[in-house]
Amino acid sequence: MPEEVTSLEHPARPLNEEMLIQRIRDGEHDLFYELIRPYERRVYSTAFAILRNEADAEDVAQEAVLKAFKHIRQFRAEARFSTWLTQITINEAHMWRRKAHADIMEPIIDHHDEEGNYTPRDFADWREIPLETLERKEVRRKLAEALASLGEKYREIFVLRDMQHLSIEETAKTLGISTASVKTRLLRARLMLRDLLAPGFGGGWTSKPFFVKGTKPW
Amino acid sequence: MVVNCEQVWQEISNYLDGEVDASLRASMDEHFRTCKRCTSVLEGTRNVVQLYGDERMVEVPLGFSHRLHRRLEANMPGNRRTFLGWMVAATTAVVLAGSFEAARSYSRPALRSRHAQPATGVPPELLVVVSTVGKTFHGSTGCPFIHDKAHLQTIPAREAMRQGYVPCVRCMKKYLTA
Repeated sequence: MPEEVTSLEHPARPLNEEMLIQRIRDGEHDLFYELIRPYERRVYSTAFAILRNEADAEDVAQEAVLKAFKHIRQFRAEARFSTWLTQITINEAHMWRRKAHADIMEPIIDHHDEEGNYTPRDFADWREIPLETLERKEVRRKLAEALASLGEKYREIFVLRDMQHLSIEETAKTLGISTASVKTRLLRARLMLRDLLAPGFGGGWTSKPFFVKGTKPW
Repeated sequence: MVVNCEQVWQEISNYLDGEVDASLRASMDEHFRTCKRCTSVLEGTRNVVQLYGDERMVEVPLGFSHRLHRRLEANMPGNRRTFLGWMVAATTAVVLAGSFEAARSYSRPALRSRHAQPATGVPPELLVVVSTVGKTFHGSTGCPFIHDKAHLQTIPAREAMRQGYVPCVRCMKKYLTA
């Protein structure tokens, strides 16, 4: 594991995570709050990526954190705690959906053939990186909608890799698939999102009203 | 090595992740210099990665952390001990209450008559008359309200009450609570 990945992800970790885990195992249970705090958002967003429902995601996030606490002794130091926790969250989310929400519809876009090549559909020029537009709730909502429209196998990969910044190997390990599959699905996820978003971003949205009647829909 | 647009699209994600070898990277760079469409795809894909990678994209519901900590707190072993303690206390209370009730039942058995009123102040050693098939105790065998005089017993009032007999509303009137 390259050191830079760890340091980028946790720039200001106050306590060595291994020590923290050991002390929790030794009975200092209150330290678990400290251990979990940097990962709370990650747990939630992972659950949300799969379930696409705030209430369900919160329930599953709570279950996952509780499970991590109860099984902290089973955590093996060869994996990162964050990866282990993400794995638990994904399993919990899958179980949740299987048990209680089997009727959730997957989007049609899920039926892409993974083996075939993906051809970009839209070549709208999108050179600007309007990060400041993220301040706008409407923009964030559109981005979230675009992500939610992807099939689960693409959504999961994209969230783990590009939103939670797991490495390709960690993503593969977390989902129990090969690194080649991660790369293939990640490519599709990114290109699909670009196709969905480029028309909106290409429309000069920083200077004009973002969504006006008559503009190309996302 | 010369690469065409389709080859570029299939490697564009790996290109962004630094997962292509130097030779392929050089070929793709060369392609981007001349292909506007592929440059557009590259920039758009790069922007997707940057936008979604921003932490503002993850919106956690208000109060999420607080609720999570409360849930954790309720499941911490220390609190489970407290919970166990409460369970033990509750069980003890139930047992104690049961014991008191049993003791109360012992001293004040179920009355034989649902309509009877409990006697108060009946001298416990006062000898009273009961009919073993009746429900009331009487001050003497002369009470006209004794139903079955064939099965009479004379016993102390204490014993009569323990057996659930109730005072005769006539001859024991002065001992009734009402």
